[in-house]
Amino acid sequence: MQTLLEMRNITKTFPGVKALDDVNLKVRQGEIHALVGENGAGKSTLMKVLSGVYPKGSYDGEIHYGGQIAGFSGISDSEKLGIIIIHQELALVPLLSIAENLFLGNECAKGGVMNWPETYRRTEELLRKVGLREAPATLIDSLGVGKQQLIEIAKALSKDVRILILDEPTAALSEADSQALLDLLLELKIQGVTSIIISHKLNEIRRIADTITVIRDGATVSTLDASTEDITEDRIVRDMVGRDMSHRYPERERRAGEVLLDVKNWNVWHPEHATRQVIKDVHFHVRKGEVVGIAGLMGAGRTELAMSLFGRSYGRNISGTVSLSGKPVDTSTVMAAIKSGLAYVTEDRKELGLILDETIQRNITLANLGDVSTSGVINEAEESNVAERYRKAMNIRTPSVFQKVMNLSGGNQQKVVLSKWLFAGPEVLILDEPTRGIDVGAKFEIYGIINDLSAQGKGVVMISSEMPELLGMCDRIYVMNEGAFVGELSAAEASQERIMSLIVTE
Amino acid sequence: MSDTAHPLGTAQTKGTASYLKANLREYGLLFALIAIMVFFQIVTDGTLLKAVNITNLFLQNSYIIIMALGMLMVIVAGHIDLSVGSVMGFVGAFAAVMIVNWDMPVAVTIPICLVLGGVIGAAQGYWVAYWKIPSFIVTLAGMLVFRGLSLWLLEGQSVGPFPKSFQLLSTGFIPDIFGINRPNGTALAVGIIAVMAIIWMGLRKRARNKAYGIEDEPTAFFVVRNAIVAGALLFVVYKLSMFRGLPNVLITMGVLTIIYAFLTEQTTIGRRIYALGGNEKAAKLSGIPTERLTFLTFVNMGVLAALAGLIFAARLNTATPKAGFAVELDVIAAVFIGGASMSGGVGKIVGAVVGAFIMGVMNNGMSIMGIGIDYQQVIKGLVLLAAVIFDVYNKQKQG
Repeated sequence: MQTLLEMRNITKTFPGVKALDDVNLKVRQGEIHALVGENGAGKSTLMKVLSGVYPKGSYDGEIHYGGQIAGFSGISDSEKLGIIIIHQELALVPLLSIAENLFLGNECAKGGVMNWPETYRRTEELLRKVGLREAPATLIDSLGVGKQQLIEIAKALSKDVRILILDEPTAALSEADSQALLDLLLELKIQGVTSIIISHKLNEIRRIADTITVIRDGATVSTLDASTEDITEDRIVRDMVGRDMSHRYPERERRAGEVLLDVKNWNVWHPEHATRQVIKDVHFHVRKGEVVGIAGLMGAGRTELAMSLFGRSYGRNISGTVSLSGKPVDTSTVMAAIKSGLAYVTEDRKELGLILDETIQRNITLANLGDVSTSGVINEAEESNVAERYRKAMNIRTPSVFQKVMNLSGGNQQKVVLSKWLFAGPEVLILDEPTRGIDVGAKFEIYGIINDLSAQGKGVVMISSEMPELLGMCDRIYVMNEGAFVGELSAAEASQERIMSLIVTE
Repeated sequence: MSDTAHPLGTAQTKGTASYLKANLREYGLLFALIAIMVFFQIVTDGTLLKAVNITNLFLQNSYIIIMALGMLMVIVAGHIDLSVGSVMGFVGAFAAVMIVNWDMPVAVTIPICLVLGGVIGAAQGYWVAYWKIPSFIVTLAGMLVFRGLSLWLLEGQSVGPFPKSFQLLSTGFIPDIFGINRPNGTALAVGIIAVMAIIWMGLRKRARNKAYGIEDEPTAFFVVRNAIVAGALLFVVYKLSMFRGLPNVLITMGVLTIIYAFLTEQTTIGRRIYALGGNEKAAKLSGIPTERLTFLTFVNMGVLAALAGLIFAARLNTATPKAGFAVELDVIAAVFIGGASMSGGVGKIVGAVVGAFIMGVMNNGMSIMGIGIDYQQVIKGLVLLAAVIFDVYNKQKQG
């Protein structure tokens, strides 16, 4: 196979930081090329160089594309040559239809007047290609994330794509949606589309990638050919983190004490559709020092359960009892829930967990300002001490706690969120997808923090869509499906197959 | 300790250039005010900084500055209040009707009017906070309603004059307790005490930050900044003392500015308002009563608008149906010139006050020069736009 794209000796410096240092990437015509590396390793920067977000001249090195030296001064430049990038944050307009979104900026129009029949015809054609059976007039708003991701791909196809770049396409997708997306990529490969996929999910990469390039600290570490040899996940992880990670989940002494959190007869109805019951008569408990998992498919109601428990932040007509150490507690507002000893680390840290435009320090103390103030007046020096303490304890990588949170990588942001909740001094922490979108090394650190919490006698509830993570971390796993708990497994009896079969048979 | 990148260490290695860059906005604002004052001082042949004109500057702008304090908090919380001009006019009208038409004592009228302002703020804040109706719409409605109510209350006429005791709110001066009168001893004493207090507090904060290793302002900057502020303050106080001393309204304004600066920067309530404006959902999930805070910022705005209305009426010595017309725009402009962000979560009280002074000095200077109101509007508009462009440009360069 001939080489379609080659990036040679790419070096890109930001003031004070070398983001890319002599990176090489060689993509062959018609292959699926995976780009892996920890967060902050430089994958996204490399793709921004390729697509022209960082224009020619702002970096060193050469890009050879289709046998010629190329260099782009903007996204429209690279798109003209068929290099199309689909970002993690989808760029669709929610209140426009599929058809309008597909041809946004590229409308089928004559003299500015839309040709709707042609638009719809071509939309249907594109939707068929990506395996969707939605009507072209459907609003994007009414589609799930999985389908929206496919719409993005359809949009790329409408532009005569030659290289499709996907930045963590499955990060927010359910298992089934991810599979559909990967199948589509394989299908497109047969049709001759070359793809570059950035992902943290190594099992997916193993499944579809022909070549894997590993980047670490802004430099190419290795290029692995998966078509000739079998590349194990451990091999990739080793290159990514630069060390052997035979223990992906740190060891913990398992020692469950008395019952800490006890939830009984928990019922929740949908906030807008009053007749729809979202949580159906859920009972569960967490012991001191125990890590309890909640497994389930996307939409099973896990986040809704957690949020309704935490200050009734979700749903209406909520009923049921919550007790901590045997005593019933008030969780009717977030403030009361925090006071009772609950903490909830949200699934979406940027939208719900952090104030991105504020400093690390101010984010950490936000949920417990009382402890750094006297009669309503904040002691900023004391506050810095607290932040500094957490920066060290959690190993938040930053020059200072006065950095804005938006300048941190995903893993470090998550550590800030965890710090915030630890500082609030909870007895029970509900962690909703605590490792979503963060790299292997940071994941390992988060697991270590969870184990520390358990060693201190805290109760941890862990919601995760990654089953290996639940199996590796939890003492007990509840299985949830369609708003109800359908099973409970101890660490010894739990396996991916048993969890799936509980979900499917109920 | 040794292996960590200590904040102090990084600051020192980066040096003064990067410090200046990071704090460009705040220093820029101060220098802009100074530059504008120097400019008008020159082109008005020294009229701008004459004792009588400085006194006038404070009297003319007091009500804008007082409302800018409340508006800053509303804007930081992520909202806007378009009704303040109308509310100010309405409360002034109500005070006039109470005092002049109904013969109510001033000491009763003032508290009633302030409560009225709070009730008006609550009536608007309720819909914004608990019903999630955009503040732009609620306060646009309020702007029309209270403009109409002032007209109705005054029956289209001006009502006045006020008794002497009410006028003192705005046009009174603090008497000289030392009996010198020119220069006014009280004014000088207050000025010197204020300068010493500012320097003492600055030094104390610096010492405390140093002890915790979080001070990043280079010593030279600290000295120069304090010298400029102290010099300016002493100069203004000296000028005032050579005229009639400290205006009552300057004391009101100064005390309120200190209170609100403290409230926004040092207290948990202030911190929570910034958090609310920065990310409402995250703030709510951190246990912050976001609705109540939003409600309270509007109540506070209403009270300050009422106070501004009283001061304005006292200054004109009459309540007119036109009072407060389009003043909300000056107030909002002052807050944005002062560095607040339209999307909430960013902005400082001192910035808003300096922003208001920039607007005030420009109004005053251009009027002295005899520039028509037509050009004045154009120039003020361009200054507002330039200030915001400067902000956005800075932010882009940092990001």
